[in-house]
Amino acid sequence: MPAQGGISKPVPFHSKGTLMSTTLTTPQRSLRWRVVDIVVAAVIAVASGLIFVGWNVGTEIPRHALEALLPGLQGLFNGGWLFAGVLGGLVIRKPGAALFVALVAALLSALVGNQWGPLTLVSGAAQGLGAELVFLAFLYGNFRLYVAMLSGALAGLATAINDLVIWYPGADVPFATIYIVTSIVSGIVIAGIGSWALARALAATGALNRFAAGREGRSDV
Amino acid sequence: MSAVNPVARLIAALLLALVLVLTIDPVSAGVALALELLLFPFAGLRWGEFWRRTAIVWIAAPLTGLTIVLYGQRSGRMHLEWFLVQISDGSIWLGLATFLRVLAIGLPAVVLFARVDPTDFGDGLAQVLRLPARFVLGAFAGIRLVGLFADDRRALELARRARGVADRGRLRRLAGLAFALFVLSIRRGSALATAMEARGFGSGMRRTWARPSPFGLREWGVIGLGALLAGIATAVAVVTGSWNLIVG
Amino acid sequence: MPPVPAASVSARGWGWRHAGRRAWAIRDLDLTIEPGERVLLLGPSGSGKSTLLHALAGVLGDADSGEDEGELSIAGRAGLVLQDPESQAVMARVGDDVAFGCENLGVPRDEIWRRVPAALEAVGLGVALTHPTAELSGGQKQRLALAGALAMRPGLLLLDEPTANLDPAGVVEVRDAVARALQSTGATAVIVEHRVEVWLGVATRMIVLGVDGRLLADGAPDDVLAREGAALAAAGVWVPGHEPAPRLDPPPRPGPTLLTAEDLAVARVPDRIVRSGLDLALAEGEVLAITGPNGSGKSTLALTLGGLLPPTAGRVLASPELAGGAGPEPIRWRSRDLLPRLGSVFQAPEHQFLATTVRDELAVGPRALRGAGTLPDAAVAAIVDPLLDRLGLAALADAHPFTLSGGQKRRLSVGTALATAPRVLLLDEPTFGQDSLTWAALVELLDAERRNGRGVLAVTHDERFLEALSARRFAL
Repeated sequence: MPAQGGISKPVPFHSKGTLMSTTLTTPQRSLRWRVVDIVVAAVIAVASGLIFVGWNVGTEIPRHALEALLPGLQGLFNGGWLFAGVLGGLVIRKPGAALFVALVAALLSALVGNQWGPLTLVSGAAQGLGAELVFLAFLYGNFRLYVAMLSGALAGLATAINDLVIWYPGADVPFATIYIVTSIVSGIVIAGIGSWALARALAATGALNRFAAGREGRSDV
Repeated sequence: MSAVNPVARLIAALLLALVLVLTIDPVSAGVALALELLLFPFAGLRWGEFWRRTAIVWIAAPLTGLTIVLYGQRSGRMHLEWFLVQISDGSIWLGLATFLRVLAIGLPAVVLFARVDPTDFGDGLAQVLRLPARFVLGAFAGIRLVGLFADDRRALELARRARGVADRGRLRRLAGLAFALFVLSIRRGSALATAMEARGFGSGMRRTWARPSPFGLREWGVIGLGALLAGIATAVAVVTGSWNLIVG
Repeated sequence: MPPVPAASVSARGWGWRHAGRRAWAIRDLDLTIEPGERVLLLGPSGSGKSTLLHALAGVLGDADSGEDEGELSIAGRAGLVLQDPESQAVMARVGDDVAFGCENLGVPRDEIWRRVPAALEAVGLGVALTHPTAELSGGQKQRLALAGALAMRPGLLLLDEPTANLDPAGVVEVRDAVARALQSTGATAVIVEHRVEVWLGVATRMIVLGVDGRLLADGAPDDVLAREGAALAAAGVWVPGHEPAPRLDPPPRPGPTLLTAEDLAVARVPDRIVRSGLDLALAEGEVLAITGPNGSGKSTLALTLGGLLPPTAGRVLASPELAGGAGPEPIRWRSRDLLPRLGSVFQAPEHQFLATTVRDELAVGPRALRGAGTLPDAAVAAIVDPLLDRLGLAALADAHPFTLSGGQKRRLSVGTALATAPRVLLLDEPTFGQDSLTWAALVELLDAERRNGRGVLAVTHDERFLEALSARRFAL
C-alpha cells in the first residue's frame, strides 16, 4: 500500500529525504505563478511585441489614411496591440498575466524603437489593465469566448482613453467619440475573438500541455 | 552610454517623457528637443545608426501633428472648414506642439536604449529596483529565446516554397509563419522553464548575483541630466505662459 | 572538479500520473541506487523514463501537473541535463549561463567565479566566458548545460537523452565530457538514452522499463543486454549486436540523369558563399549521399539542388525528363511546379507542417498541385489513405501533426513529400535521432521509391544508412 499523509509540495531543490508521499485525487487550481508560466508569458509577450513592431510600421500610414476618411476611425487598428494582454490572460490564467504580457510586449516594442518611446509602456499598462480587470471580475476562473470579448472591449476602451489623453489631447468631441467606439470594436473582434481563436489553435498543437488552457477540451488519453 | 546602468537610462527617459507629456505646447517640447539635439552627439551612437533607428519617429511626428492640425480643437481664427476638417489657429498651434512633442519624447528614448545589454538590464531591474527575480529573469530568458529564431524563420519560408504553397496568398503565409513561430517558441519556452527549475530557479531560496549592477555617480548624472532638461523645458514654457496642462 | 558526496536514490511503490491522462506514466516502482553507481535507463517511448528523471530532479511540478503515489527519495542534490540543445541556455554569455545555477543556490560571488571556469574545464569547453551561447554548436551547447549542472556540485547527475539531437561528433564529445566529469566528481548518474553502444563504457548498471512503466530488468549491462537485448531492439532501442539489418535486393541499375549541378556555388545569405565549384549528377534509381563535416554546406547544397535557394554561381539543371516543360532551372519554377518534380524533406519536421491534422497535412501537396479547392475529397482520400498505411500513421490520421512523437513526425514529413509523387526526393538528415524501428521503416521506404523510378538524394552522417541503401557518396 502506498504511504499516505502530509501534503505534496513543490520539491525543495536540495533537500535530503522524501520527495513525495501522498495521493491526491484531482489536480487543484493554483493561482501562484510557476516558472513555466513566467517564461511562456514572456515568450508570448515577445512574439506579440514583434508583431507590434510590424503592426506599428505597417499600419502607420493606413491609419492616417483611415483618419482622413473619418477622423477617429484609425481606432479600428488598435486591436493589433490589444490582443497581447487578452491572449496572455487566456493562456496563462494567473492573476496579472494580461498586464504582464501587455507590459513586456510594449517594453519590447519600445526597445526596438517606435514613435511613442517610453510612453509605449504607459499604453501597454493601460491595455493590460483593461484586459486584466475583466479576468479579475470573473475571478480568473472563466475563459470562455464572451469573457475574451469583454476583455478585448475593456482593453479597447482603456487604450482609447490613454491615447486621447496623451497623444490627442487637443482633439474634439466627434474625434474622441469615434476613436473610442472603433477602438472598442477592434478590441472585441481582433483582441477578443482573435485571441480566443489563437489560444485554441495553440492548444491544438499540444504546445500548451503544461497549462490548463491546453488541457481543456481534450479527452483523457 | 552603454556603460551606464540601463535602469538609470530607463528612469531618465521615463522622467523626461512623463514631464513633457503633462503639457501640450510647442515651447516646452521645442526647448527640450533643442537641448536633446545638442546632447545626442555625446551619447555614443553612430550617425548612420542614429538615423536608421529614429527614422520611424521622424516619420510619425509630422503625421501625428497633421492629425491635430486637421481635427484638433478649434479656437481662434478659422482657416478651413470641410466636413469634419477644422483648421484653426488653435489647431495649428496644437499640431505644432504635438509634432515637437513626439520628437522630444521619441528621440531620446531611442538614443538611450539603442544598445542595451539584456543581461545588464535584467541585473539592474532585479538588483537595483528590487523587482522579483523570478519574474525578471524568467521574462528575460523568454525574451532571449524568441530572438534566436532567425534560422527557423528562414527554414519556415523555404518550407512553404517546398510544399507548393508559396505562389500566392502572401498575407496568409505570413500569418501561418507567425503562428508556427508562436508554437515553436512556446515549446522551447516550456522546455527552458524546466531547465531553469532544474538549476534551482524559482525555489524561493535567497539567490546571489554573479554580476554586480553598479549604480553610482554616472547613473545619477544621467538621471539628473534628464531631470534638468525636463525642468528647463518646463520652466521656459511656464515663464513664457505657454505651458498648457493636458487635462482640462 | 573536486569530488562531491555521491547521492543515493530510493523508490518504494512509486508512481506518477500526468494531469489529464488516464494511464499512469510509472506505477509501483521499487528501486535503490547506491552512491557512485552509473545507471543506464532504457525502455520504449512511453515507458516513463523521462518522468522518473524529472521526478528525481524535482521538476515534475506540483498538484496541478499530476498526481503521485508511493515514496521517492534522494539523499543529496540532483543536476539535470535535457535533450534539446536549443532550450537549455538561460543566459546570453557562456560564463553567466554556467553561473546561473550557483546564483540560485545562493553561492557567494567569488566562489561562483571559481566554480565556473572549473566546470567549463571539466567538460572540455574551452571558450571565453563572454562567448555568446547562441554561437555554440549542438555538442558545445550540451556540454554547456552539463557544465551548468556540474557547477552546482550535484551528488546525482541526471541526463535525459543528452545526445539524441547531436551528430556523431557531438555525441562523442558529450559522452567523453560526461565520463570525465563522473570520473573526477564520483557522482551517481542516471542516463536515459536509446543508443546503448555509446554509453557501454560509462554505465555500471542497466535498468529496463517496460511500456507500462514496470521494471523489466535490472543488473550489470552485459547480463541485461544478453537477456533483454532482442526485446529492446524490437522496441526501437539501438542495441549493439541487434541493429536492424534490412535485407534489400541489390540496387537497380541507374537510369537516365535527372538533376545536375554545374560549377555550383551555394550560399544561404547571398554574400557568404559556403561552397563553390561543385559538379554532381543524380540519376533515376540511385541514392546519392552528401557527406561531410558540420558547416561544410551540405544542407545549403540540398536546398539549392531542391530549387529553394538560388545558386550564387554556376547552375542547377533539371533534365528534360524531370523538368517536363517547366524550364531547366528549378529555382525559376513556381512553388507548385516543384511538387511533382523535386520533393524536399527538411531536417526539422516541424518546419514543414502546415495543417491541423495528419490527413490534411498529407493532402496539402495534392491540393496545391491542382489549385486550391478544386480537388474533391474522394480524390484526396485516394492519394492519402494508402500513404497513411504505408507510413504506419493510419491510426493517427486525425491527430495534430505537432503532437506526434519524433519518429512519427519524421515519417509524416517524408510522407508529405511523397504525396505528390516527385521524381526526385531530397532529404536532410532523414535518420537523425531516430529509433531503430523508424530507421528501418525509412530505409525500406526509400528503397521502394528508388526502385519506382525515382532518384534519392540524402544529406547524412549515418554510415549504416548509406550502406543499407548502397548509396553513392559525394563528399564535401
